[in-house]
Amino acid sequence: MNFLPLLILIPLTGAFLSFLLPRYEKFISLTVITFLAFITLYLGNIVFHNGPIKLVAGGWSIPLGIGLYADGLTILMLSLTCTVAIAVSIYALFYFDSHKQTSDNKDITKSWWPVWMLLLSALNALFVAADAFNLYVTLELMGLSAVALIALEKKAIAAALRYLFIGLLGSMFYLFGIGLLYALFGTVDIIELTHKIQSTPTTLVSMVLITGGLLLKTALFPVHFWLPPAHANAPAPVSAVLSALVVKAAFYTLLRLWLGPFELLVSDLVIQLLGILGASAILWGSFQALFAQRLKLVIAYSTVAQLGYLFLFFPFYHIENANTIAWYGIIWIALSHGLAKAGLFLAAGNILHAYGHDNIHGLKGTSQYLPITLFAIGLACINLMGLPPSGAFLGKWLLLNAAFVSGQWWWAIILLLGGVLAAAYSFRILLFAFQNDDNNIRIHKPHGLMQWSALGLTIGAVLLGIFSDHLLILLSSGAKFGGLNLTEILR
Amino acid sequence: MNLPFFYACFGILIFLIGLIGLTLQPHILKKLISLNIMGSGIFLVFVALAKRAGLSADPIPHAMVLTGLVVSVSATALGIILAIRVKQLYGKAELPEDGR
Repeated sequence: MNFLPLLILIPLTGAFLSFLLPRYEKFISLTVITFLAFITLYLGNIVFHNGPIKLVAGGWSIPLGIGLYADGLTILMLSLTCTVAIAVSIYALFYFDSHKQTSDNKDITKSWWPVWMLLLSALNALFVAADAFNLYVTLELMGLSAVALIALEKKAIAAALRYLFIGLLGSMFYLFGIGLLYALFGTVDIIELTHKIQSTPTTLVSMVLITGGLLLKTALFPVHFWLPPAHANAPAPVSAVLSALVVKAAFYTLLRLWLGPFELLVSDLVIQLLGILGASAILWGSFQALFAQRLKLVIAYSTVAQLGYLFLFFPFYHIENANTIAWYGIIWIALSHGLAKAGLFLAAGNILHAYGHDNIHGLKGTSQYLPITLFAIGLACINLMGLPPSGAFLGKWLLLNAAFVSGQWWWAIILLLGGVLAAAYSFRILLFAFQNDDNNIRIHKPHGLMQWSALGLTIGAVLLGIFSDHLLILLSSGAKFGGLNLTEILR
Repeated sequence: MNLPFFYACFGILIFLIGLIGLTLQPHILKKLISLNIMGSGIFLVFVALAKRAGLSADPIPHAMVLTGLVVSVSATALGIILAIRVKQLYGKAELPEDGR
């Protein structure tokens, strides 16, 4: 039996049930996530031993039927989603209840669970989608549920609406491109399209439209402006999911299409341009993080910077060996950033909960009152800086290798600068957080599990750097770049 | 110049009109309407290019348009609800300059 459709059906059913039976919403959601964890593990085992899984749902042939596909990258993204989902759900059990008493908008906080389940099913559906049109539908589902979740916080409504407009604009470009591709080649299935595609002016137009739309959604510099207000103002669990998963999903779509159908059309000029934009994102995002006054805004700008690293893959696109190393590198950065940033946002939520604000200068006493949360922040910062033994260290180290193997050493300078800037804004947070508070301010201490779920995620990000052997082999399953023996480079 | 090609060009024109509206109109409802106009332009291109291929129209782009319509209806509904909330909060249905 094939378990791929269950990844979408189970959370979708959970969304309906928790909407209909609000009394049992927590129980339903936790059951859903437990099931998802087991299915993801099971699928991971299959892909690890037998290679990629492909399934055509409903028995229709490809152009009409809905294709599902899972390879090593899919499984790792699904696992990231599931891990973040477990921690965020445990966190949300307490977060929204404690906010219900203080929030002036009571009915708005209770819609978290159904919409969160909907977002989960959209994310899972996106990661297993095998055709470009399904990617459009799942991107839209994901975008709409993400907007609804941001709008749970009253002060984030304007940011949510701006995010909706940007998301829809991006989808429009994407859909236009898909329409052109279908008209030219008569298919939207990614694998079939890869075989059929030819380099024509219209194909180039569709590639520009699709890439432009996805860059808007990935918030690559200079179209990142919508991200910081949306991610910084949303409720803490929502910020965590947005930064860890939602922007990654748009990047995942881009990667799938660029490494598949668009391979023929990728020119040296474009990949260098993407690399430069990525480098600018790293520098600009880090600088903004350095000067932001609120903890959550610092973290949101750091997301802009960390997303820039993912685009440093593209300059190595055409260079043999370097592209393989860089590909493994950015996937590792994406995964460890997902875990670390989700943990960091949850930790920031704890601070907001305890102090009633998240102004950086007012973080005095965090080390006294919230030691677990502060430890989580510290571990997350290790990841953002890319220090060993974190997962991000492995990722950046691979990228450095790619830079030297290809002879494009200037990207190494960007990596170094990015690390130094990340250290600067991390230490700025830690400096205030480690100061002792002599005035004994009254804090509203968050539940222990809220603190531990933040710490759990950031520990996960560090473990990703230590236990990477099997995961790297899993990632090579069905990958475009599988030939190179990474364990040899790693020695 | 055949008829489907003419329709496709017309669709692109509608798409661009919507794009201009989305960027220039400050009012949230006008932005939402502009997005819908952009969507209609794309759907027209889809349907026009479906006819181009052979004698009978290809049904798959039509199915895609139906899916796209459902998506745009839900997106518009969400947008309108948020527009109402923005109006309640800020007194006018326009996006504030700085969302932070």
